[in-house]
Amino acid sequence: MTFRARHLLGIEHLAPDEITAILDLADDYVSLNRSTQKHGDALAGLTQINMFFENSTRTQASFELAGKRLGADVMSMAMAASSIKKGETLIDTALTLNAMHPDILVVRHPNSGAVNLLAEKVACAVLNAGDGRHEHPTQALLDALTIRRKKGRLHRLTVAICGDVAHSRVARSNILLLGRMESRVRLVGPPTLIPSQARDWGVEVTHDMETGLKDCDVVMMLRLQKERMDGGFIPSEREYYHRFGLDAEKLAHAREDAIVMHPGPMNRGVEIDGTIADDINRSVIQEQVEMGVAVRMAAMDLLARNLRAERSAAA
Amino acid sequence: MARTVFNDARLIDPVAGTDSRGWLLVENGRIVATGQDAAPEPQGGETRIDCGGRALAPGIVDLGVKVCEPGERHKESFRSAGRAAAAGGVTTMVTRPDTLPTIDSPETLEFALRRAAEAAPVRIAPMAALTKGREGREMTEIAFLRDAGAVAFTDGDIVIANTRVLSRAMAYACELGALIVSHPQEPGLSAGASATSSAFAALRGLSMVSPMAERMGLDRDISLVEMTGVRYHADQITCARALPSLERAKGNGFDVTAGTSIHHLTLNLIDVGDYRTFFKIKPPLRSEEDRQAIVEAVASGLIDTISSFHTPQDEESKRLPFEEAASGAVGLETLLPAAMRLYHAGALSLPQLFRAMSTNPAKRLGLEVGRLSKGAPADLVLFDPDAPFVLDRFALRSKSRNTPFDGTRMEGRVLGTWVGGQRIFGE
Repeated sequence: MTFRARHLLGIEHLAPDEITAILDLADDYVSLNRSTQKHGDALAGLTQINMFFENSTRTQASFELAGKRLGADVMSMAMAASSIKKGETLIDTALTLNAMHPDILVVRHPNSGAVNLLAEKVACAVLNAGDGRHEHPTQALLDALTIRRKKGRLHRLTVAICGDVAHSRVARSNILLLGRMESRVRLVGPPTLIPSQARDWGVEVTHDMETGLKDCDVVMMLRLQKERMDGGFIPSEREYYHRFGLDAEKLAHAREDAIVMHPGPMNRGVEIDGTIADDINRSVIQEQVEMGVAVRMAAMDLLARNLRAERSAAA
Repeated sequence: MARTVFNDARLIDPVAGTDSRGWLLVENGRIVATGQDAAPEPQGGETRIDCGGRALAPGIVDLGVKVCEPGERHKESFRSAGRAAAAGGVTTMVTRPDTLPTIDSPETLEFALRRAAEAAPVRIAPMAALTKGREGREMTEIAFLRDAGAVAFTDGDIVIANTRVLSRAMAYACELGALIVSHPQEPGLSAGASATSSAFAALRGLSMVSPMAERMGLDRDISLVEMTGVRYHADQITCARALPSLERAKGNGFDVTAGTSIHHLTLNLIDVGDYRTFFKIKPPLRSEEDRQAIVEAVASGLIDTISSFHTPQDEESKRLPFEEAASGAVGLETLLPAAMRLYHAGALSLPQLFRAMSTNPAKRLGLEVGRLSKGAPADLVLFDPDAPFVLDRFALRSKSRNTPFDGTRMEGRVLGTWVGGQRIFGE
């Protein structure tokens, strides 16, 4: 076992062997989830609190199910509608919850770095479920698991990440993870949606889908994050779709066996054509959702092991 | 007659540009003589300070200190800021008007000056707002405020976005001979940004601003200076790309000067690390290349002044996600030791540093301090540039402890501070 971290705040601080450890365990949980007896006891006796300061259906459901399948007591709090509205600070909210002795906190927050800040103030394991435009580590891990199961490896692949990179925490975590596992990453999108310094991240940048998709093994589409834009990033959705939306014609430039991914929720007809999204020979979008539960089970299991080890050492 | 002899000192004279062993004689609060030879013979009743070869320099004139009075005394008062200044070798605090309420009327200015006189041991030279409430709509009563003691006019770090309002205020100020201190920044480009555009900040998902926004702001201001003829000081020039504009303006003979902050001279954008909010300042920390260019600009004299931009913030306003946290850092007590980093790195000499920290700001504001010359007020700082220490933020005298230097090794300890010949710090 090589997973050493106390929290899962981002891919940035994970070593390749830690990533592999999570994915290996997640593979086991995929089998468990496909069986009729979908129960483990890795988190039995532990309390998991999901704090979502930003609305989420999919990720929250995935974390909730992952915790329940491993026997944790799970509570989900819709923070967007609660005490922050009454003026309570993030730290105070964290301290309040900390006093209830949770073991795992799953946190999503609209500000980059907010989950790091919270992790400094609590005594339990913290999982970042997405902070602003910073990181979304479990999404990158589930994408990696999906790719590894389809392609048999994570190294020496060419992955095109297309669309709204600027506002995407999914893109940042994936860039870090794929780079660490020695795959090539290309970013494709209009210059307004790709940070101009992205070339210094060790990736290729192109503003043309044909060049970007040429001979790639994986096409990862990003959601156009209309809610994070304060106007003026693209002229219109139809021009965006024409130039950067994934359709059969653009996909033809990728390798024949290239897979298509999307973190969801999709804007059909904006960044991806509906028939591509539904094409079971190319699209692995449904698998991604399935892998999400398994990866979150694995991540929480490993964090819980470290937490238990730390506590017994302290006792 | 009060008489003090400073014996065996390393005299830092920024006007002459010298750094040499000697003595300095103070009578009735003013410097009356300096020399290299044997110190004057003792007379009865005088004070003799044996400096033991330590550096003696004109006290620092810190241009742009925020004292949170009126309005936020829990962050900093004239008493606490004054004690911090004395301990940091700052003998004149040039205060900012960005208080609650804004210092934008003779009445609020008089209140601040009265509080300062009661509580602060150092000199206070107040700046007043350039527009009422710093709202960028209507100019303040510049003449009344000047008569009440305002040494310059500024809206602090708020940019007056309406160019017509700024041009009118400049034209009016020009006729009165008033100095305008402006924060050069293109407000549209920098709106909402908390970091400088960089691969580092982009990876951390922070909203960013190109350093070009500073040059655009400076270019606009300089155009207005050419239009109106006003005396103009850019509060902080922090990136290489703004320097050619500044150089051109000075070359064209406009009455333009510029400052920079000690934090931009000693830290860079990577120091933010994992969202450390004590490193969030305005404008944001720049790249290492920018930092080096600004250090060189201070050495060449293109940038005139170095200040701390002392900005107290309470723990609550800093214990927030980076983008929501307040900007600013305290600096009165760390300005001198941070400046010593530049000295020890061989980038700037002590006379160069004190020219930028003491002489130039005083000269620009029309104050007679900031010099070791005969006849100048005896505002002095005695310090050991080599004395090492590890900074503990809770040992600071400021009420707010938001320093980026917490836990870092520094060199340079203030041993004594004098204002008008009176010792206000040290044994």
